[in-house]
Amino acid sequence: MMIKNVLGRVLPEEINGLKTIPYQGVGKYIPRGRKAAPPIASCANYPSDGNKVVSSLREALEKCGLRDGMTLSAHHHFRNGDKLMNMLFDTAAEMGVRDLMFYPSATFPCHEHLIRHLDAGVIHHIEGSLNGPLGAYCSAGKMRGLGVLRSHGGRYTALQDGEVHVNIAVIAAPTADPFGNATGSRGPSACGLLGFALGDSQYADKVIVVTDNLEPFPCAPFQIHGNLVDWVVVVDEIGDPSKIVSGTTELTKSPDRLYIAELTARFIEAAGIMRDGFSMQAGAGGTNLAFAIFLRDLMREAGVKARFIRGGSTKYLVEMLEEGLTDFILDGQTFDTVAVESIRNHPNRHVTTSPFTSYNYHSKGNFASIVDVAVLGATEVDIQFNANVATHSDGILQHGLGGWPNCLAAKCTILALPSFRDRIPVLVDEVTTVCGPGELIDVIVTERGIAINPRRQDLLDATKDAHLPVRPIQEIQAEVERICGGKPEPPQYGENFVAAIKWVDGTVMDALRELR
Amino acid sequence: MGQMHAEAGRREASVRSDCYVTIDRRDSGGLAIDIRGKSERFYRSSIVQAVEAMLEQYGIRAAAVRIDDFGALPFTLNARLECAIRRLGKEFDHPPAQFPTSLSNYTVARDRFRRSRLYLPGNEPKFIVNAGLHQPDGIILDLEDSVAPAEKDTARILVRNALQEVDFYGAEKMVRINQLPLGLADLDEIIPCHVHTILIPKCESGQQVAEVADRIRHIRAKTEQPEPVYLMPILESARGILRADEIGAASPLNVALTIGLEDFTADIGAERTQEGRESFQARSMVVLAARAHGLQPIDTVYSDVQNEDGLRQSTLESKQLGFEGRGCIHPRQIRVIHEAFAPSPPEIERAGRIVDALREAEARGSGVVALGSKMIDPPVVKRAQKILKLAKQLGLR
Repeated sequence: MMIKNVLGRVLPEEINGLKTIPYQGVGKYIPRGRKAAPPIASCANYPSDGNKVVSSLREALEKCGLRDGMTLSAHHHFRNGDKLMNMLFDTAAEMGVRDLMFYPSATFPCHEHLIRHLDAGVIHHIEGSLNGPLGAYCSAGKMRGLGVLRSHGGRYTALQDGEVHVNIAVIAAPTADPFGNATGSRGPSACGLLGFALGDSQYADKVIVVTDNLEPFPCAPFQIHGNLVDWVVVVDEIGDPSKIVSGTTELTKSPDRLYIAELTARFIEAAGIMRDGFSMQAGAGGTNLAFAIFLRDLMREAGVKARFIRGGSTKYLVEMLEEGLTDFILDGQTFDTVAVESIRNHPNRHVTTSPFTSYNYHSKGNFASIVDVAVLGATEVDIQFNANVATHSDGILQHGLGGWPNCLAAKCTILALPSFRDRIPVLVDEVTTVCGPGELIDVIVTERGIAINPRRQDLLDATKDAHLPVRPIQEIQAEVERICGGKPEPPQYGENFVAAIKWVDGTVMDALRELR
Repeated sequence: MGQMHAEAGRREASVRSDCYVTIDRRDSGGLAIDIRGKSERFYRSSIVQAVEAMLEQYGIRAAAVRIDDFGALPFTLNARLECAIRRLGKEFDHPPAQFPTSLSNYTVARDRFRRSRLYLPGNEPKFIVNAGLHQPDGIILDLEDSVAPAEKDTARILVRNALQEVDFYGAEKMVRINQLPLGLADLDEIIPCHVHTILIPKCESGQQVAEVADRIRHIRAKTEQPEPVYLMPILESARGILRADEIGAASPLNVALTIGLEDFTADIGAERTQEGRESFQARSMVVLAARAHGLQPIDTVYSDVQNEDGLRQSTLESKQLGFEGRGCIHPRQIRVIHEAFAPSPPEIERAGRIVDALREAEARGSGVVALGSKMIDPPVVKRAQKILKLAKQLGLR
């Protein structure tokens, strides 16, 4: 049986045993009831000297009662340098456990190793961003359950409303003490923040902290409360520092991408968004970094200062902070070593954020919607301004959703992207996979012009005399199709669903089928 | 009967927006088309159609064709296909009878601004398609130094298709042909396809310019194109510089003279420096020769792409020497160059007063233009008008 949501996307009636709630529109779904809660713990069951260190990950998992069919979670703070997730499932396999559900905050190409545990039945399925090899595995229909992709906020939301119940959360920590207090800002594997593990530490039945840098109590300041932690494990190496944060963040050298970045900055100035006390979100992709630099120059020229910049922080944002071009950086992630250092050097001007503060649908408001302008990317956009970040036009799961769907809540959302890549159009009639609704996407900036969503007459009016190449999206699309030699052929799907895309509120925005 | 096997295109690991075509003719059995790679999933039927249509043009009915695709746009796919077929032998080595309809056949004025001209390697499709977006005054599709000797034939076809099919958004479409005599064969392919201006590299005599002009006249006699093709000789040697006057005078098709300093400094045995003392006289001679023949003097490229301040400084010096434009090797250089060649506020102000004086003189019915007590000569008036035109175009006035 299948159902359709308001976007007309066809969905399975059930996803991994739960009834599908179709996407209904932005802000339309208002669930009721009470939030989930972890079981009551008692100090009496924990060592009074505060030493929760056990000898191995296996012992910790045994003490937590790991058994078949449980849900385990882990996090992507170490990005492609993570060693914990593979270690975790190797241990589970050794213990002979089967049919686990894995709930990572994201996976990276280094987690291709997990495919053997999926094949062998140790992992039943993964609900989390499926990148690279794991995405291809899922799209080929090889996973037993459906892949469920959630935004960073949606992942927290699902923990909070009980849609996902984590039995054991395993948190990789660059520094921790024997009590379980932990931080990401210090230690050989320093990654900045541990915000993605916050929800798991609060809602999981059992919590294990794994570190390669144990220091005596207290680990100060800490980001994860030891009071929520059951056991602490010390290992030789929790991550590969060279792959956790890059030493330098690379700016794009592509003239076309630089041009897109420049147009984006000029648009923000022309639209009147760049004014004293404004706020923005900037990502870490090559185009986004370049955009921040162009905007910085325009801000300098105009003598304008921002109140805050949200971002994965980078050297370039740190420079703006030090130059006084912004009062605060709101950090969700940390992308280079300069930014990791700046968090230590300017503790009062970096505001540590998490999916709870920024993105959570079950909160009483969140930070992301306070932002004046967010500049993001996408793999595809359609003429309804719906956008895709999970697959390319080939329909193969390739990227996680990350915070992208949550950031669309900004007052003005701009997607800065090329209008085609090689021969493949990025502007299409209908995106292959909907990850964000056109209702929330205001502007598309491409190398062939700027398309403003007709819903935003205010932006159209504000920029009409600005000497910017503003054009209807259909006109840019027609030009792209002329260059590429017509419309691309759509992917050929089989019958079976393989994955679902959740909107930030937990409803289902789209579902993917296996590829033929 | 020609060969049975040929290949064309690029397939190194870093290749994007290109493809590699392998063709094996057979005696019978029809066509077997094997498409692999990036675009296959999205444009399979379109690629098959392109292969069939191209083979049809050359009367090939039985062959195995393999396309390894890295995201080639149609103009590139067609160029690689055509080149592979033409490499099968003499009987195939001619352009197809039918070209795709031109999407880019605007004309340009003889005296248009030529402040910036962006060099594009002629065998690299990924830079070609978006070049016009960066709004240079001209784009140069290069067949000479940027193309390896073994790839001259395929670059020539790619450049021809680009001239025909890629929209350069109003930029003057220039081609740097190879040194003569190879350059003459380039003309046969290029001239019928909406090129505006031909750059003649390492030009050393008026005779060479005349040869190019003759060949163009000859080709155009067959194709009945109304709009002219202009010439821009590049002086890159001591001999060329010493004959700048002769070269400038050699053809009414000349619109500009330019200098290539990388080769020139090597030729005179000097190192190229930022301050450019070693080339001062040569550059001045190009300016003099160009001005003497009513041509635009255009300066060389600035090769340090990262050094924006150096480029600005060097371009201001060019302007001071009398040059009106220069070459670019990266789109980010275009704006800096345009800014440097833009008239300064005092220049615009003075030009305004001169043109006002001209109007007054005309109103009085007098041929003598004067500013205060100073007589203004006609070339100065003309220059003032040009400055105002540029200022207006740049929104400075």
